[in-house]
Amino acid sequence: MKGYSAFALIRNAVSDHRHWKPLWRSPEIKKSYDVVIIGAGGHGLATAYYLARKHGVRNIAVLEKGYIGGGNTGRNTQVTRSNYYWPQSAAFFDHSLKLYEHLGHELNFNVMMSQRGVLTLAHSHHELEGLRRWANAIRISDIDSELMTPAQIKKLVPLINLDARFPVCGGFIQRRGGISRHDAVAWSYARAASALGVDIVQQCEVTDIDIANGAVTGVKTIQGNIHAERVGIAVAGHTSVLAAKAGFRVPITSMGLQAMVSEPIKPCLDTMVLSPVIHMYVSQSDRGEIVLGGGADVYTSYAQRGGIPVMEENVAALLELFPAFSRIRLMRQWSGIVDITPDTTPIMGKTPVQNLYISGGWGTGGYKAIPAGGDTMAHTIATDEPHSLIVDFGLERFERGALIDEGSASGVAH
Amino acid sequence: MLRIPCPWCGTRDEIEFRFGGESHIVRPGLDVSDAEWADYLFNKENPKGLQYERWYHTYGCSQWFNVARDTVTHEIHVVYKMGEAKPDIAITVCD
Repeated sequence: MKGYSAFALIRNAVSDHRHWKPLWRSPEIKKSYDVVIIGAGGHGLATAYYLARKHGVRNIAVLEKGYIGGGNTGRNTQVTRSNYYWPQSAAFFDHSLKLYEHLGHELNFNVMMSQRGVLTLAHSHHELEGLRRWANAIRISDIDSELMTPAQIKKLVPLINLDARFPVCGGFIQRRGGISRHDAVAWSYARAASALGVDIVQQCEVTDIDIANGAVTGVKTIQGNIHAERVGIAVAGHTSVLAAKAGFRVPITSMGLQAMVSEPIKPCLDTMVLSPVIHMYVSQSDRGEIVLGGGADVYTSYAQRGGIPVMEENVAALLELFPAFSRIRLMRQWSGIVDITPDTTPIMGKTPVQNLYISGGWGTGGYKAIPAGGDTMAHTIATDEPHSLIVDFGLERFERGALIDEGSASGVAH
Repeated sequence: MLRIPCPWCGTRDEIEFRFGGESHIVRPGLDVSDAEWADYLFNKENPKGLQYERWYHTYGCSQWFNVARDTVTHEIHVVYKMGEAKPDIAITVCD
């Protein structure tokens, strides 16, 4: 793999940029692999990368039904943060944020990580008390968080309307939180994994999972049958569908979560702002678009398109807090299928089928977890033991009643 | 936008309703294992395609009812009352 550098840029500029190489190989699929990962989104690609780099597994395939990062990896609002309430979640998501902080260097790819701060608003005294408890819990987990007064918020975000129908009473900020470029995350992991010998096969839908004597033996795909020693599932909204093929059930409801962007405008919002009560989160991308999201369409759906009522709610909430945005037009709107668990905590680790592993239940917050998800799943697949950061995230927690209730940590209620 | 035919009030917009999850889940006896109880409590079919589900008409008659709906196309095939058996619906499987 040729690295990116100032020198490479100059060299390619001299030759009129005609000699840049594709980021990853497009190999023919082989008949047998040590590890097959289903799903070439951020989690699948990161898992393959860490398996190759940290655990020396080289005979890996990542199979993708569509194209790289075309699912939820390319549909989210790019937020990275670790302001989670429970210690298990805080440790996991802060590991992820720390990996994000150095991802550009590690993968030699600009993922445009911008730690501009994630500001969570409170609209009543009681909610502010709740945020205070939340912010303190985060600090106990050794993660940065600061309470903010309305005056401090106004200074940080001058466009905000504090005297909205639900007035802003305060909030808290995680300054290390921020946004990055989701496509770049998928592409950089794909490029680095491919360079380490990982076969990334797109347009290769898995139609069945082969199991013999309680252990996985391979997968059937539309490009033929493949033998695999170990198989990892990282398919976001389709986790239930794949689990059913492997013969077990999961506590997941798939729903559409929409997001939208406005036409590009000049830089005016350099903080990520979210409001749990009036249901919206907003940031401005490097291209100048106002990126907006809110609650999910709360009924089962695999449709990848959002309904008008939720879209209206999102926009109304945005305009309540930022009346100045009322004249700008929405440019695009889309939806991704999110796999929501009863406790809003992911399901990671082993499954009832031997040598079959799962990374799912990411719900509305999978993007921020990509580096840690890949790192811990790679360890889990390589050693057949859950990584210490995800021991509490296993499927068996539902049987034990050991749920990790992060219902409020998704930022808005879903 | 879903247009849901409430058996009592007629067809209304989805914003009047609340989704109530999968229908026809049978509560097991109290002597089952933890695994069986967890399966009843948490696990879902979550099908890609035809789903039998419950809806509640919050801003209407305040009644629960069942809907057979496709989770890919969002097409509503049949609406039927609580307590009624799952209707047999011949549909093309969507995947």
